[in-house]
Amino acid sequence: MQVTSPVREPLVLRKPDENNPGKLRTTTLADVTNDICRQVEAAPNMRWLLAMLISLVAFAWGSYTLYRTWWFGIGEWGLNKTIGWAWDITNFVWWVGIGHAGTLISAILLLFRQKWRTSINRAAEAMTIFAVICAGSFILMHMGRPWLAHWALPLPNTYGSLWVNFNSPLVWDVFAISTYLSVSVVFWYIGLIPDLATIRERAIRDGRAIPAFIYGCLSFGWDGSAKTWARYEMVALVLAGLSTPLVLSVHTIVSFDFATSVIPGWHTTIFPPYFVAGAIFSGFAMVLTLMLITRHVFKLQHYITLAHIESMNKVILLTGSIVGIAYLTEFFIAWYSGVEYESYAFLNRMFGPYWWAYWSMMTCNVISPQFFWFRAMRRNIYVTFALSIVVNIGMWFERFVIIVTSLHRDFLPSSWSMFWPTYVDVGDYIFSFGLFFTAFFLFAKFLPVVNMAEVKAVLASSNEEIQEAGLVEAEKEAATAAH
Amino acid sequence: MLQNKTKKYLVGIYNDENVLISAIKKLKGENVSIEEVYTPYPVHHLDEYLGHKRSRLSKAAFLFGATGTLTAITIQTYTMGLSWPMIIGGKDYISPPSFVPVSFELTVLFAAFGMVITFLLSNNLLPWRYKPFMFDPRSTDDKFVMAIDMESNSKSEDEISQLLKNTGAESVDTKEKPVSNDL
Repeated sequence: MQVTSPVREPLVLRKPDENNPGKLRTTTLADVTNDICRQVEAAPNMRWLLAMLISLVAFAWGSYTLYRTWWFGIGEWGLNKTIGWAWDITNFVWWVGIGHAGTLISAILLLFRQKWRTSINRAAEAMTIFAVICAGSFILMHMGRPWLAHWALPLPNTYGSLWVNFNSPLVWDVFAISTYLSVSVVFWYIGLIPDLATIRERAIRDGRAIPAFIYGCLSFGWDGSAKTWARYEMVALVLAGLSTPLVLSVHTIVSFDFATSVIPGWHTTIFPPYFVAGAIFSGFAMVLTLMLITRHVFKLQHYITLAHIESMNKVILLTGSIVGIAYLTEFFIAWYSGVEYESYAFLNRMFGPYWWAYWSMMTCNVISPQFFWFRAMRRNIYVTFALSIVVNIGMWFERFVIIVTSLHRDFLPSSWSMFWPTYVDVGDYIFSFGLFFTAFFLFAKFLPVVNMAEVKAVLASSNEEIQEAGLVEAEKEAATAAH
Repeated sequence: MLQNKTKKYLVGIYNDENVLISAIKKLKGENVSIEEVYTPYPVHHLDEYLGHKRSRLSKAAFLFGATGTLTAITIQTYTMGLSWPMIIGGKDYISPPSFVPVSFELTVLFAAFGMVITFLLSNNLLPWRYKPFMFDPRSTDDKFVMAIDMESNSKSEDEISQLLKNTGAESVDTKEKPVSNDL
């Protein structure tokens, strides 16, 4: 059985007609190629160079604090014996969560045959890869001695065959995160190959030898034959089928790091679904932040339309509300269970010394997505951009609240403590931003940010939709945004 | 440079996916053998119209996945149960629930990598093939290119050429394809 969800609104908008000023014409296949390849082939512009410079400065500053972390050890951080997991693990969970949206868009939406994923899946998957790399960097930092990172793997060693402990969720995490990263890279790259072949053929046509060679090697000799495409589609479908449970498993296993312990506030069975919903919530917010900038800088308003933005906002509303319900459920259970440690942990979150983190989380995650009940809000670029940032601030605080407030009140009151970040903590966080944005800007400059082949595949049905619908609201927005 | 043998092809260029599909059906009806069609995007069921066999990649993926599961179970059982048994958290040496996450992850890892490597090799997709033979480079942009091997058809060139034009081909050309074409 094959079910294709109908396109309710054109996914690729019409363009201004060159021969007929003031009129619009339908976008052609060649337009898609030209519009997406333009930024790959053009020389880097000032805006891109400036953006790269800023992210490289962040990267450089972060590299200095990272050097201090590794040279002097994690005593440079603000954590202590009571709060042994703090800023670093908060950042780790935050980045892994952000990564989840890319896989959701490319895999789960493919299985649900949601055509709107085609214009955003490429950039969202790239974001996934970079976010997971950032998350991994915090694991290496947290190890303190990253040159011993291979100890996390079940390798035969010289200390008697002392193996890793497969009962430990931290070992599960090693397998989950590395599988997730490598499978995401493969999924993303397989999707890139046909588009790289397009760029290769254009470079050969224009006589640019070096790009022709580089994109030639990268495109693996793709020729677009029907046989290759048929197998490609099967690979994409099976990879989507594998990635769907994979992405759900990754944040589930991350939540096991907490849920399998006996710390009040962590030891709850609600964690896996609650973490997965939160991950998708923050990931979609990050996709929106990046895509709103990308569509503006590269003038992609015809491909990433208000319809796409609205769909993503609906996902944010849904997952944000799930997260809100999860917060309330935790509270209810803390009281209903009658466990005094559990009740104390939750009251302490609300009214204890970290009350400001708790209330930031509640405001950003529970209240702010509720604006998206209104269609006008979902389709407002400025509101969406602002809320996408607010959501990620909220999700950062969620992890901080879970980790730090649960730990800082030990079972033994004489061990009670507080965590305050040092400049090295902050610098390491800035490092991850530098890494993330440098990688993303390099991707956006040298690779096609929109999956050309997949957009071409939905173009015909989108153009039919335009014939029926006439001028749509999204086209007015695209026209004004282009000026 | 070695003088390579070449094969002669008739190349029809189409503008539209639907025209292409109806053309394939008509040509099949006229007993014209089409070697391959090159498209800028995946056209659903095109391989079926052309009579290509269904790919066995999904079966390969299953086998790779099963290998991953077995590998994971073997490693975990051996290290935890046989090589260095320890009681951790009051669990048995071999505690199946603890082995579920890693077994799942390795299943996915092996299936994904095994299938993708098989896909690349079976389609001869390799980094050093940086300049593959293309009947028409526009098939990566906006054209649908049909390649007809003249040797495997009994009809004359003019006949097939006329048929292609009648089915809506924008242009028809002949092209020589090198027989041993690895680059």
